[in-house]
Amino acid sequence: MRKAIGSVSSAVLAACMVLSSTRGWAQEKQAKKGAPELVVAAAADLSTALKEIGEGYEKKTGVKVNFSFGASGALTQQIQNGAPFDLFFSADMDYPRQLITAGDADGASLYQYAVGKLVLWVPADSSLDVEHRGMNVLLDSSVKKIAIANPEHAPYGRAAVAALKHAGLYDRLADRLVLGENISQAAQFVESGNAQAGFVAFAHAIAPAMRGKGKYWEVPVDFYPPLAQGMIVLSHSRHKKEAAEFLEYVKTKEAAELLRKYGFALPRD
Amino acid sequence: MAIDWQAFWLTIQLAITVSAILLFLGLPVAYWIAFSRWRWKFLVEAVVALPIVLPPTVLGFYVLIALGPRSPLGRWWVSLTGHTLAFTFSGLVIGSILYSLPFAVQPFAASFDGVDRKLIAASATLGASPLRTFFRVIAPVSVPGLITGTALSFAHTMGEFGVVLMVGGNIPGVTRTVSIDIFDRVQASDYATANETALLLLAFSFAMLAVVYGVNRKAWVIGPVK
Repeated sequence: MRKAIGSVSSAVLAACMVLSSTRGWAQEKQAKKGAPELVVAAAADLSTALKEIGEGYEKKTGVKVNFSFGASGALTQQIQNGAPFDLFFSADMDYPRQLITAGDADGASLYQYAVGKLVLWVPADSSLDVEHRGMNVLLDSSVKKIAIANPEHAPYGRAAVAALKHAGLYDRLADRLVLGENISQAAQFVESGNAQAGFVAFAHAIAPAMRGKGKYWEVPVDFYPPLAQGMIVLSHSRHKKEAAEFLEYVKTKEAAELLRKYGFALPRD
Repeated sequence: MAIDWQAFWLTIQLAITVSAILLFLGLPVAYWIAFSRWRWKFLVEAVVALPIVLPPTVLGFYVLIALGPRSPLGRWWVSLTGHTLAFTFSGLVIGSILYSLPFAVQPFAASFDGVDRKLIAASATLGASPLRTFFRVIAPVSVPGLITGTALSFAHTMGEFGVVLMVGGNIPGVTRTVSIDIFDRVQASDYATANETALLLLAFSFAMLAVVYGVNRKAWVIGPVK
């Protein structure tokens, strides 16, 4: 009897697996035939804002926008190696320019859509008074690890290093830095309590998933080179027309308000 | 940029530490798996094999949470040492032991299982304790399996990436291993260094495995026939 139940349940399991895999396949096929779906490579600080912009855009036009979030440098790398992205939203302007030079992006479409802001973030239950003391809390002996994004390929990591240098703290704190692969991982290192403080995107600090979990201090904008963020249509795109349309939509007031809501300054500000 | 020898040396240290600990930890576990007659033994075998099928992200995620100050284990460690385990060499060792456990235990258990039970029975009849039987009969006959398990756990730790990425924090000289260094070099478009480092790792791993299989082959030819 037990054996019978076992073989029935494994048959059901196998059937489910086959069904779900063919469903995925069917969806893929339909995507090729029906309305084009856009695939957007985007800097990790945009994860909340862009998803909402993408949903609004799909409701409006029926074009689905899928996102792949990561460090801008890492995404640039993938694009240069032929990743099938239609658009790229970088956390700086240099990576898009690098892609233009390499012939991987359409130079005429480059547009600065937002300016990112850097904050110093600590968990809510931390005794560090980051809101009033700012970066000085990092000298506290309870701060063993400070999370930043990897400055080698994440613009926010470079901004964090620049801010620490500006405050004259870098040399004293360099051995406490831990590097996240991108700004989201840096945020996660602090959120999980493994690092006591971290430089994250303002967009992360106020994202719904993080709200109420921490306290933050906005790093003054003159402490680091501005995080001007550029978006661009990629040469590999098979849906250039739709990609350009989405890019135009991000320039509209409606989308810009969402970017502002989720922690970005606008270039016009 | 040149090859990061510090990362290379660090990775070798990590692999030596992990495979040494797994040799001691893996022996009793493998012995129990090989000789226990408990009817639910297969459940333990499944748990031991989990790291083979689980993505390193799952393991890394749980290790990060378990080591963090929000978990009892993490709090205990902090009260003991004053710092969390994540982003430390010890943290990597713990993650790697979990990650490489089946690569040590399974070859160990398989070779114990292959020992002729008549030899074990003879040893017991002659009055040897189970421990003595293990060291005088079972272990000597199982040497190829022990070498294979230790070498595989060493090599597997050398090539570990996902867990280190999730709990390491990429600190030079502490948690930046070769695989992380190669990843960084690729992300930074430094293909030349990535290639040099990767080739070195490839050659090293091949040499290591070739030596192990070579040694085992010799053991089969001149070793005691079962």
